[in-house]
Amino acid sequence: MRVLNKKVLFGLYNDEEILMDAVKQIKQKDAEIMEVYTPFPVHGLDPILGLSESRLHIAGFLYGMVGTSIAFGFMSWVFTADWPIIFGGKPYFSAPSFIPITFEFTVLMAAVGMVVTFYLVCGLGPGVTNPYLDPRITDDKFCIAFDVTNASKEDINALSELLDTTKAEEIHTKDI
Amino acid sequence: MSAVVSNVRPPIVTGSKTYHQITEDICKPTETLPSAGWVMCLLGSLGILGFGAIAFLATVWFGIGTWYLNRTVGWGWDITNFVWWVGIGHAGTLISAILLLFRQKWRTGVNRAAEAMTIFAVICAAQFPLIHMGRPWMAIFVFPYPNTRGPLWVNFNSPLLWDVFAISTYFIVSLLFWYTGLVPDFATIRDRAKGFRKKVYNFLSFGWTGAAKHWQRWESLSLILAGIATPLVLSVHTIVSFDFATSVIPGWHTTIFPPYFVAGAIFSGFAMVCTLMIITRKVLKIEDYITIEHIESMNKVIVLTGSIVGVAYLTELFVAWYSGYIYEQYAFYNRALGPYWWAYAAMMTCNVITPQFFWSRKLRRNIAVTFILSIIVNIGMWFERFVIIATTLHRDFVPSSWSYYTPSWVEVGVYLFTFGLFGTLYLLFIRVAPVVAMAEVKSILKTSGDQYVGPAIAEQTGSNVAGGHHDDHGHH
Repeated sequence: MRVLNKKVLFGLYNDEEILMDAVKQIKQKDAEIMEVYTPFPVHGLDPILGLSESRLHIAGFLYGMVGTSIAFGFMSWVFTADWPIIFGGKPYFSAPSFIPITFEFTVLMAAVGMVVTFYLVCGLGPGVTNPYLDPRITDDKFCIAFDVTNASKEDINALSELLDTTKAEEIHTKDI
Repeated sequence: MSAVVSNVRPPIVTGSKTYHQITEDICKPTETLPSAGWVMCLLGSLGILGFGAIAFLATVWFGIGTWYLNRTVGWGWDITNFVWWVGIGHAGTLISAILLLFRQKWRTGVNRAAEAMTIFAVICAAQFPLIHMGRPWMAIFVFPYPNTRGPLWVNFNSPLLWDVFAISTYFIVSLLFWYTGLVPDFATIRDRAKGFRKKVYNFLSFGWTGAAKHWQRWESLSLILAGIATPLVLSVHTIVSFDFATSVIPGWHTTIFPPYFVAGAIFSGFAMVCTLMIITRKVLKIEDYITIEHIESMNKVIVLTGSIVGVAYLTELFVAWYSGYIYEQYAFYNRALGPYWWAYAAMMTCNVITPQFFWSRKLRRNIAVTFILSIIVNIGMWFERFVIIATTLHRDFVPSSWSYYTPSWVEVGVYLFTFGLFGTLYLLFIRVAPVVAMAEVKSILKTSGDQYVGPAIAEQTGSNVAGGHHDDHGHH
């Protein structure tokens, strides 16, 4: 289990609509949210949280371009420079017949590259164990968490009250 | 939920579920001991697999001659089965990828099982290129790797090699797409599990926490994977069709094959998904997640693609006549009236006539009819590939080379091997992984659950907005 040496104050909610209202209220009070955990992706939450858009698609495109270049370049080199062979009377550089493999390799590189990037950037992977706050978060509870490792008792109480006003069902602290 | 949901659409999650109920219902098969029925089915599958393994061994030990292939008919059941399985596999990716791009919420009930079906179908399909080499240990030579023989590379201009890249890519991308969707659901099971199971699902869930930023990236990844998987599906079966279309054999050398094969693949794939889903929903008691609406939607796709396939058959016949090319004309005359006329008749009845039943709403929504017709469709599609391969090959240009082909028990055994393999993998899958995409179904519950939308709710609230207790929370 990864140990983050943090102290976390979190509130659990029963419904994503209550959660979104809560996040809005908390943002208005300028409190810094460490993370919001949900059992499924909640649409409309990201702009409220101020999350910047994911750039995975750019990575995907770049990986794909690498794939295209490698595939097309390699086949062209093999059949024009390395060992040219006449197949069916066609020219050595037969671009149309290189297209299927080029396309497949592009897709392969883009997919594999993006998936690996996704896991790396999120800090996930086989064998990774992240500490979690409550086992019901992956079931039906929604969670807003504050990092209170270095916060004073008054701050913690203030945040607790804030969570209370946003209709959190439960409020806990945990060391992870 | 901000979306204004039309109450014309019927609900696609029934039973007035809560999020917790969804978790409970779908995790249950993974947490309880299997029933006697499951054990019997598994034993049956393993038995068939065992018999098939003997057929495999016979092929490898004694040679491809045990298949009764001959000089003229070089491809028989092997490639028929290969194309059949690949075609079936395509539906899973279509349901996950294309329906995601088209924002069809109903995909969430069936996408997990359909994608699993795809992966297992591709594994089964891959057995055939391997075994039909006769010496499967030589299979590595199809991959271009640096060697000391020149280096000698493979023929990148050959459709058979395009197939190697296409099927490999398709398998890997489908696997990645499926697994990406599974990670959050494995995390759900992990958080409910104890002891050894917890360790296993902990490993499988990759440390997933449900953080908002991770979900955002997850959705972005799913969308892009869907975006590239869609042309991938279309290209893979097109490349499979090129195995035939790029040859010069009359009946094969036709430009209609790519769209014809792709439509046929979707057709048979959706039929197989229907067959599997009807059994799965009954056995695992998840009728609330795989509803009649899902079955009806899949049947609509079946009637569409079946009609395309039917039109393709008629087009082939017309163009063969119109072309004036005697070899092409004979190829089709022979298909309909030659020694394999029974295969052609089976193909025409099963593929052209049966999907037309689904024009009737009543029949589309009838489970028994759907089940029977979906099996008939798959039989018909098998015959289609058999007709294309065996009927075309057994009589081509030179009459003195004409022959006839019947499969041996070894050939049939290899086919049964793949059935045993598919059955075993699918049965194991439903015990180990959640059969329905829990997180995705939860995300559509408020817009598609029967306590929020549907004609009944519309009457109650008398308004166009879903539910009546939903406020506008900002842009979706």
